[in-house]
Amino acid sequence: MSLRPLDLVGLILIGWGGLGLLGLVVPARWGRCLLFPLITGLSVLMAGAGLWALQGGAQTLVLPMGLPGMPFHLRLDVLSAFFLTLLGLAGSGISAYATGYFRHMAETRAGDFQRLILLYALFLASMGMVLVADDAYFFMVAWEGMALSSYFLVTTDHEIPAIREAGFLYLLMAHLGAIALLLCFGLLQSGAGGDYAFATLRHHSLTGFWSSMTFLLALIGFGAKAGLLPLHSWLPEAHPAAPSPVSALMSGIMLKMALYGLLRVLFDLLGQPLWWWGALLVGLGSLTALFGVLFAAVQSDIKRLLAWSSVENMGLILSGLGLTLLFHGAGQETVAALALAAVLYHALNHAFFKGLLFLGAGSVLHATTERNMAKLGGLIRVMPWVAGLSLIGILSLAGLPPFNGFVSEWLLLQAYLLRPDLPQPWLNMVLPLGAAVLALVGALAGFAMVKFYGIVFLGQARGLVLGEVHDIGLWERFGMGWMALGCVLLGLFPSSVILQLDTVTHALVGQGLGASAARHGWLWVTPVAASRASYSPLILFAVIMVSVGLTFLGVRRFFHGRWRRAPAWDCGYPFQTARMQDSADGFGQPIKQIFESFFGLSREIPSPFDPHPHYHSEVRDPLWALCYLPLVRGVARLVKVVGVLQQGRISNYLLFSFTTLLALLALVTGTRP
Amino acid sequence: MSHWNPAPFAQQLLDLFASLLLLIAFAMLSQRRILTLIHLFAWQGLILTLSIADSAWLTHQPHLYYSAVLTLIIKVLILPLLLHRLIRRLDVVWDVETLINIPTTMLVGIGLVVFSFNLALPIAHFSSTILRNTLGIALASVLLSFMMMITRRKAVPQVIGFLALENGLFLAATSATYGMPMVVELGVALDVLVGMFIFGIFFFQIRETFDSLDIRHMEKLKEE
Repeated sequence: MSLRPLDLVGLILIGWGGLGLLGLVVPARWGRCLLFPLITGLSVLMAGAGLWALQGGAQTLVLPMGLPGMPFHLRLDVLSAFFLTLLGLAGSGISAYATGYFRHMAETRAGDFQRLILLYALFLASMGMVLVADDAYFFMVAWEGMALSSYFLVTTDHEIPAIREAGFLYLLMAHLGAIALLLCFGLLQSGAGGDYAFATLRHHSLTGFWSSMTFLLALIGFGAKAGLLPLHSWLPEAHPAAPSPVSALMSGIMLKMALYGLLRVLFDLLGQPLWWWGALLVGLGSLTALFGVLFAAVQSDIKRLLAWSSVENMGLILSGLGLTLLFHGAGQETVAALALAAVLYHALNHAFFKGLLFLGAGSVLHATTERNMAKLGGLIRVMPWVAGLSLIGILSLAGLPPFNGFVSEWLLLQAYLLRPDLPQPWLNMVLPLGAAVLALVGALAGFAMVKFYGIVFLGQARGLVLGEVHDIGLWERFGMGWMALGCVLLGLFPSSVILQLDTVTHALVGQGLGASAARHGWLWVTPVAASRASYSPLILFAVIMVSVGLTFLGVRRFFHGRWRRAPAWDCGYPFQTARMQDSADGFGQPIKQIFESFFGLSREIPSPFDPHPHYHSEVRDPLWALCYLPLVRGVARLVKVVGVLQQGRISNYLLFSFTTLLALLALVTGTRP
Repeated sequence: MSHWNPAPFAQQLLDLFASLLLLIAFAMLSQRRILTLIHLFAWQGLILTLSIADSAWLTHQPHLYYSAVLTLIIKVLILPLLLHRLIRRLDVVWDVETLINIPTTMLVGIGLVVFSFNLALPIAHFSSTILRNTLGIALASVLLSFMMMITRRKAVPQVIGFLALENGLFLAATSATYGMPMVVELGVALDVLVGMFIFGIFFFQIRETFDSLDIRHMEKLKEE
């Protein structure tokens, strides 16, 4: 029997698990120097297997494992293949980085590090299992494995109470989501008979109310993982709590598993979508994106800023998914394919640039042990590698050409602006608003990124001794360089990427973009028609380079050649300190003012006569007070009511069960025909 | 000389055993002395054994003989002996108090018997076994034992009530479906034995903590 991609994927998954178990027994130093590079190698192999499977049809495999009579079904189709590629590509960069990053931990906390290897490998493997699962049972096992392993990774530093709390919140939300998913699969199977294999669910279609209920349950279940409003609250807590490579894995890859799940359920298992599903997703996604980017703009903790930015990007992705659903439901498959390609493209891009930025933030955190922007600054001089590579991530996230973030956001914008003919006229009028939100989000993301980069890397150090800060090692450089290279290549060769995405869009909505997008050769991307819009990153890149070069030469040419060295900003200032720079709070101030109604803001403004003024402001998530606290209070009240039953007398407890038994027996007697 | 058909006789015997069981259940409900309670429990087990053996003979179900032997060993010999040793070592022979006075308990018990017969009547019509008459009695003894657990204040009689409840369930299973599968019966027997040991340990722990086996002392074990 020849080797199929699915067999290869299975072997890689087993390999990850095996390496993780090996991590428990070999010494920590060996584990870091040997096992993490091996994990990286397997990730590269996984990317290869994904790309290989992207070319072919679906393959299935039934494992003789699981419950009696319920073997594990595996299936690898192009959708799984695309996400496996994402997992492999981003996972290899992050794992390579982790090899260097955990050096300190492997030396000082060997026991913890050995457990971390196991959990890290299991996390990767369970994400791979989610992608190839072909029955609800195996899917849930893998899904929960993913949640549990990531929970333990988040709580690596469990000595810190705040991290334990963040981990608990994450676990709680993960379980709520899992319950919704369980119900969702139950509904999908209801009445179909037989097992829970996706093959059975695929041929069993629901209609009307139950179909909508299934959609809503899937939205809650996967939305809780994706950070969809108002289920996002765990995300800005858990991501900063985790070690940075883990944050990168969670934000870059795990959030995409939610997207995969939604795509799997909505386009593969559930039948024809109703129009309001898409509208709901577009609305919620846009709100999430706006909410996320606003909060990202006012954060002063570097990792929290990135976490909120992940909320924003998942919002964009989900709104694009809603758009796909809308057009798919209305039978306009070309536009649906455009929106879907944008969604998948952005998912891939986000994995790269957010992974890269989390790794960069990790390096800053590792070198300075400081995550508060108010204390950072001027790091570009001592960490040139981190600063340079992070710049690529920043530009990608801000959506600037010729990097990758621009391409996918631009494609999404095209999908919004295509002015389609939907059967609901009001939707046709409202949808351009989504485009406006997208533009606003893009601009604010740029703002947040300028803040992130400017405060952390530029300017003067705020209280740090820069001499003690060291740049990253070789493995970290390699990992971050890999991710940065991905950002650049994905940005420069969009038509090749779209051609690869074509098989996925063909499989899901029956239309591809490749024929029209790459019509004008590999240099140009033309999503719809050349008369509307087209984009050539390579030419743009060349133009940028040429104009920079010309400017440089021009300045050289006309420059008089006399240097004058003078203190900067010396116009009336005899001295200058780091406290005179713009601070993170100060930079975010305009956003706080304009969008004040969005934030739960509390400020301490010092009196003008205070000789040691201290300004403090805190931004809280208003949804926490609006959605979560009432829930908590309600549960507490309910528990108090139940507490009345607890009287401490065994006789009473026995009486409760006795009367219940009698009542049930009487009920049975009464209702029997 | 015509062939003597033993079936009606055995049937009569079965009804007799069932009514004896009900009588013992009432006796346990009204009994205050713990020692007598244990004797009554042993008697109940013996009659249950006879009843099961009788139904085995009547229905030619050989596996019921095993159940009978099992019941005899565990419920007539081992458990009463264990309980005996327990109360001697704990030095509690008396149980003077009940939560509700005895006549009221008996009246409620009669109501329970009527209720369970009413409940069992339609089920007995469905049931195809020839033992269906005993179903009502089995249910009644379950409820009566439960009632006994509720009305006692000391821990030992409650445990005896629990064991008697199990006896009633056993009778119900035998009469409704010719007994449970052997695996289940073995498991239940083991559970009862293990439960007994755990109860024994708990008794000593409770007495060590509260200097008494009166469960009123445990009322403070609740959240304020």
